[in-house]
Amino acid sequence: MQQVPLAEGLFSWPLEPGKQPALIGGRASNGKIFFPYRRQAVIDGVREDLEKIDLPRRGALWTFTSQHFRPTAPPYAGDDDARSFRPFTVGYIELPGALHVEARLTEPDPAKLTIGQEMELVIEPFGVDSDGNQTMIYAFAPVAPVAPVAPVEPGETAETAEVSAP
Amino acid sequence: MSDPDVAIVGVGLHPFGRYPGKSAMEMGEDAVYEALTDAGVKWEDVQALYAGSMEVKNPEGIVGLLGQTGVPGRAVFTGCATGATSLAMAANAIRLGDADVAIAIGLDKHPRGAFSDDPSVSGLPLWYGQAGLFLTTHFFGMKINRYMHDHGITSATLAKVAAKAFRNGAQTHHAWRRKPLTEDEILNSQVLNYPLTQYMYCGPNEGAAAAVLVRADQARQYTDTPVYIRASTLRSRREGAFELLSPSFGLDIVPGPTVEASREAYELAGLGPEDVDLAQLQDTDAGSEVIHMAENGLCAHGEQEKLLAEGATEITGRIPVNTDGGLLANGEPVGASGLRQVYELVNQLKGRAGDRQVANARVGYAQLYGAPGTAAVTILSR
Repeated sequence: MQQVPLAEGLFSWPLEPGKQPALIGGRASNGKIFFPYRRQAVIDGVREDLEKIDLPRRGALWTFTSQHFRPTAPPYAGDDDARSFRPFTVGYIELPGALHVEARLTEPDPAKLTIGQEMELVIEPFGVDSDGNQTMIYAFAPVAPVAPVAPVEPGETAETAEVSAP
Repeated sequence: MSDPDVAIVGVGLHPFGRYPGKSAMEMGEDAVYEALTDAGVKWEDVQALYAGSMEVKNPEGIVGLLGQTGVPGRAVFTGCATGATSLAMAANAIRLGDADVAIAIGLDKHPRGAFSDDPSVSGLPLWYGQAGLFLTTHFFGMKINRYMHDHGITSATLAKVAAKAFRNGAQTHHAWRRKPLTEDEILNSQVLNYPLTQYMYCGPNEGAAAAVLVRADQARQYTDTPVYIRASTLRSRREGAFELLSPSFGLDIVPGPTVEASREAYELAGLGPEDVDLAQLQDTDAGSEVIHMAENGLCAHGEQEKLLAEGATEITGRIPVNTDGGLLANGEPVGASGLRQVYELVNQLKGRAGDRQVANARVGYAQLYGAPGTAAVTILSR
């Protein structure tokens, strides 16, 4: 099955060998960044062309929630149905120097996510379009599982407990 | 307190719920009839009409049921803030001298379940909906999740908010959800959008509400207990605010539109949060009520945990919030919801709220918030 992006221009596609994927943003002359990319924006009263840029691939999870029932289709275009639907999570990633981006997250269990943890962009299969192609979507994945916070023993200071954590 | 120029002299409500076979317009007719009767105003005397609805494209067509008097009728829509906007526009018609008697109406009839639409209605690309991101409920889950992290609010407090709503709903004869639920039942119900559970959410439903407005200097011709509009404000989101249905937002975070609408309303009214005797806050979900308590200046961020534990927002508490059970117990017919808040405040300020009457209520505060990042605040007083 041929793979196509869910929408053109959201992220680098096709993926080049040896190159990591990135979301595509727009940058104005004053440094303001837009996502998704748009061709032009009005900055200080003047319309200008935006520079197409790759957004940072990693950032901190700013917030998140979960979705426990299948969104109404259309517009939802996941390749599941009411019976096969699996809850998913969404969140905002704080991309340093850029902006907060909303995305689906690869970890479906909200109990395994923590605000502030580092996340990384991935491009993953999502659904099937009307031409029978597999659609690809951007998502963010935890960079590493979050280490459980060691309980502070009585008599032990929080500081020493932190030092003893891996 | 500032001098008022507009007064509310009558209110009416078609209870919110589900009414198979009854149209939104027919519910609106019932609400208007009740409001006119309350005001002692004949339909023929109404000189301006503002009607809000999400599902009915031309709610001002209600003149077909009420009587085709040639009255200037206009449709109003600002999402969940619609009720406050129709009230504000009716008040402005009086201020401008266009009318001495005006009416604000809200009516709606939503299908069951979460709102769903094509993203283009909100100016968003199709892929945003295809990806499963075009859901307002995600925002509510994400906003309270971050808020709990920043301000030490617990799930138990969210359950307390919902339990209070259903308890107040049980005392409100026109409420939709009238069965009290325990905090455990609320916490243990199905998670819809982490950390929010099923019973922490309001549901879209059906209903209507109306208010009759007159010039303040003529109000006593209609009633001994006019309720004055002290302020009515509306704000949209600013760059950097974390709002509904946003594929991205800036790094320099600024407060949402409620904060600005609230600040401006207090200023216009010449009142402060300490003067508010009871509040109606947009409780689309239990988390929203918690956040809106602070965004409207009624407490500091994080203080809600203590206030809810103390029962400060109960009908008998220091600052009663959503005395009729709010959206959680009444549901949300979007076009009518803001006028349901006004209905409750007016009844409280007139001292006719029965079992749920707040003692010595003089100043009532109402706030609405919804897509696409719009907030409205109305301050009423005796």
